[in-house]
Amino acid sequence: MKIGVLKEARAGETRVAATPTTVGQLLKLGYELVVEPGAGEASSFTDEAYVEAGAQVGDPYGADIVFGVNAASSEQLDHLHKGTTLVSLLAPMFDEALVEDLAKRPITALAMDAVPRISRAQSLDVLSSMANIAGYRAVIEAAHEFGRFFTGQVTAAGKVPPAKILVAGVGVAGLAAIGAAGSLGAIVYATDPRPEVADQVKSLGGEYLSVESAEAEVSATGYAKEMSDDYNTRAAALYAKLCEDVDIIITTALIPGRPAPTLITKAMVASMKAGSVIVDMAAANGGNVEGTVKGEKTVTANGVTILGYTDLAGRLPTQASQLYSTNLVNLMKLMTPEKDGELVLDFDDVVQRSITVVRDGELTWPPPPVQVSAPPAAAPAEAAEPKPVKEPMSAQKRYGMVGLAFLLLFVVVAFAPSMLQTNLIVLALAIVVGYYVIGNVHHALHTPLMSVTNAISGIIVVGGILQVGHGTGVTIVSAAAILLASINIFGGFAVTRRMLSMFTRS
Amino acid sequence: MSVGTATTAAYIVAALLFIRALAGLSHHESANAGNYFGIAGMGVALVATIVLAAHDQISGVGVALLIVMMVVGAAIGLYRARVVEMTGMPELIALFHSFVGLAAVLVGWNGFLTVERKPFGAEALLLKGYSEFSVHHAEVFIGVFIGAVTFTGSIIAFLKLSARINSKPLVLPGKNWLNVGALVLFFVLTGWFVADQHAYLLIIVTVLALLLGLHLVASIGGGDMPVVVSMLNSYSGWAAAASGFLLNNDALIITGALVGSSGAYLSYIMCQAMNRSFISVIAGGFGIEAPSEDQKDYGEHHEINAEGAAELLKSASSVIITPGYGMAVAQAQHAVAELTRRLRERGVEVRFGIHPVAGRLPGHMNVLLAEAKVPYDIVLEMDEINDDFADTDVVLVIGANDTVNPAAAEDPGSPIAGMPVLHVWEAKNVIVFKRSMASGYAGVQNPLFFRDNAAMLFGDAKERVEDILKAL
Repeated sequence: MKIGVLKEARAGETRVAATPTTVGQLLKLGYELVVEPGAGEASSFTDEAYVEAGAQVGDPYGADIVFGVNAASSEQLDHLHKGTTLVSLLAPMFDEALVEDLAKRPITALAMDAVPRISRAQSLDVLSSMANIAGYRAVIEAAHEFGRFFTGQVTAAGKVPPAKILVAGVGVAGLAAIGAAGSLGAIVYATDPRPEVADQVKSLGGEYLSVESAEAEVSATGYAKEMSDDYNTRAAALYAKLCEDVDIIITTALIPGRPAPTLITKAMVASMKAGSVIVDMAAANGGNVEGTVKGEKTVTANGVTILGYTDLAGRLPTQASQLYSTNLVNLMKLMTPEKDGELVLDFDDVVQRSITVVRDGELTWPPPPVQVSAPPAAAPAEAAEPKPVKEPMSAQKRYGMVGLAFLLLFVVVAFAPSMLQTNLIVLALAIVVGYYVIGNVHHALHTPLMSVTNAISGIIVVGGILQVGHGTGVTIVSAAAILLASINIFGGFAVTRRMLSMFTRS
Repeated sequence: MSVGTATTAAYIVAALLFIRALAGLSHHESANAGNYFGIAGMGVALVATIVLAAHDQISGVGVALLIVMMVVGAAIGLYRARVVEMTGMPELIALFHSFVGLAAVLVGWNGFLTVERKPFGAEALLLKGYSEFSVHHAEVFIGVFIGAVTFTGSIIAFLKLSARINSKPLVLPGKNWLNVGALVLFFVLTGWFVADQHAYLLIIVTVLALLLGLHLVASIGGGDMPVVVSMLNSYSGWAAAASGFLLNNDALIITGALVGSSGAYLSYIMCQAMNRSFISVIAGGFGIEAPSEDQKDYGEHHEINAEGAAELLKSASSVIITPGYGMAVAQAQHAVAELTRRLRERGVEVRFGIHPVAGRLPGHMNVLLAEAKVPYDIVLEMDEINDDFADTDVVLVIGANDTVNPAAAEDPGSPIAGMPVLHVWEAKNVIVFKRSMASGYAGVQNPLFFRDNAAMLFGDAKERVEDILKAL
């Protein structure tokens, strides 16, 4: 079968549905490729590069399968032959007119933006790959408008505080933004109604701020849903507080099939510092920020720049084209089980079923819902009772004990004969010295330390030596003691030396 | 200057050298010098003592015997030190402790034979002159007691560590009362002996102490063995100090007290690292409850083979290896070191995370890794590395179990709750090298093995690491 790659009709679209690299991969699956002249120009892929990769350059409408990035214009659709399969972003959940139009035509239409969020389908999840790019680009756009460094510095010309960034909505785009902003050195805060994202935020170096609410959310579809009024009031309070503090806000909150929720009100924007930047990544769906103009940069009266760009992913055209076209290749791999260049649409496969909007002129939208996240387990077993913690001794009791110990010691020494007294003094001092001398021993040296003290305690040999010659019996016993202690002394020092000689530094 | 004053001076020099030795052993840079200071101190003390003994008119035969015994002892000691495997170090040190203990018992008995048995001998008369005669009785008794406890305790520790006997704690009915009873009996016997110096009393106390040492260590589980070895080290010091009192010898007192207090402090540090009560460990498993039978369902564990593990390692950019006793048992340290070298050549950041009580001896893992020439600046301790697990691609858990058990941090009902552990489960992937699914020394099941990011690599750690090396 032949695959045609369209040159995008929409003004300002920079992406393309196939790159020279993916052309090679599609050829391997058994397809032929026809690329419309100039299709890859805006993404820095020349016609020659496509030819070199093995594609033809020519009219794509004659092909059996047609690849596009955006939904084809009705003019483009008119060019399609009967039985053609169109693969592109179609936004069937938003664009009812388009779905109706498609249903009137004798074609098959697959929507790349309707891929369900299941693990198996991740490799064709265009929304994720575009959101990843958009999140990164949002930070770059913000950095471009922002008049300061992101990272804090101490320079000869004074101290620079780090930029504070708030990312509202921790989806793929939000996470990408957190990562990008963090790596530029900014302090990143993130909010999201789903508490389970806290660890993801942390893993990228951001700080998760939770809205104090009883309403924890685990979405069955993997997307956020609308929250209750109580939650929204509390969230608004949190945002109002943050707006006064942060320098940059990036909002990514989207709810599938509904207009984007308003997170940042006009009053909150007015409370921000002059020079602050807001990037509203939900601008295409109405925006999370009051005052966002879709596709435009606006500056408020108090000097806050609001960016409503809707083509953030397209602003990295080469990257976006590469990821999008790889998603398409993965779809083709799924739908070409024999690798023979024959497209097979299998309605038993939830992924293929979910993305099919029209099959051979027959409307199949909307598809049955797909359960994505496993429901959370029933209430977790009650936490086991923590073990009772031992009460620390009161200061009085402790001093009392210490005092008693000293008194006891005093009595013992006071009544001891003079020779024993000297011995006891020596003992007491040696104990204290022993305690302090190893006070901060390096943990790696525990074993050598122990073996050296072991060797030293062989000093008991002195006792044995002094007793030799006090009668036969005593001498024999002493000899045994000397033997044992000598093993200890020599063995202990030798082992210590052997161990220490092993410690090397690379 | 007489021989007596010269000896005293020499002993002070020796004692200072010993202090310098212990201080030196506290830091890597000075550790070697510290060992030599110790040797020098011992040399000074030995020479001084031999001179003093010769001065006290011992026979030529006596001197010859002394020299022969020392040479034989030195030969045995040096031989053992040279042939010991680094993994067998804990056993050897425990065995050495037992020698000190036995020597202390012998010295104590000798004291009895030379003084108490000859109440009108020269030494007895000398002591009576200082009105120290009865003090000497007590000193003999105490010296023998501590020495004998150290002796059997160390023997049991040696047997447990070398797996010659089961390392499970022995639980006798009323074991705490047995210990307390033995101590009370000891005090009573001491009083009796001071009043009336019968040989059979000394025999009774020797047997009593031998049994107490046996029971003390037998009732401590294998997991606490590092602390026990360190504690026995301390006991052997006290035994030497007791002998010093007996012989009125300052060198023995100073050195014994040094070893005794430093050993006790070291044990205390280790107990803190394990969140164990110091008192319970030294009092022979006091207050340890038998672990409750665990019926919890942890789910399924995943398995991985060596090739899979190699794949994971190839694509990783940071790897942390957390070894445990299993690495020592399997003698896998050289293979692990080779793996480390190969991964580092590939540009992978490899580090080691060492739990303070990994192994059966403090610093056990460090010694093994040093033996295998793993550079010690990539060997980090728990506190230094615990925050880095979250940014790590692969963690290799080699023969460690309780020290990487998330239950300690997350399950307040767990028997090891509150024990600081290595947070390996925060890493992206964890590969656990293990012989089977059996639980560790603490007898607690490890929920780590059932986590989604953990995979089990069953078999002998050394063989499996070598398989990975082949697959790399």
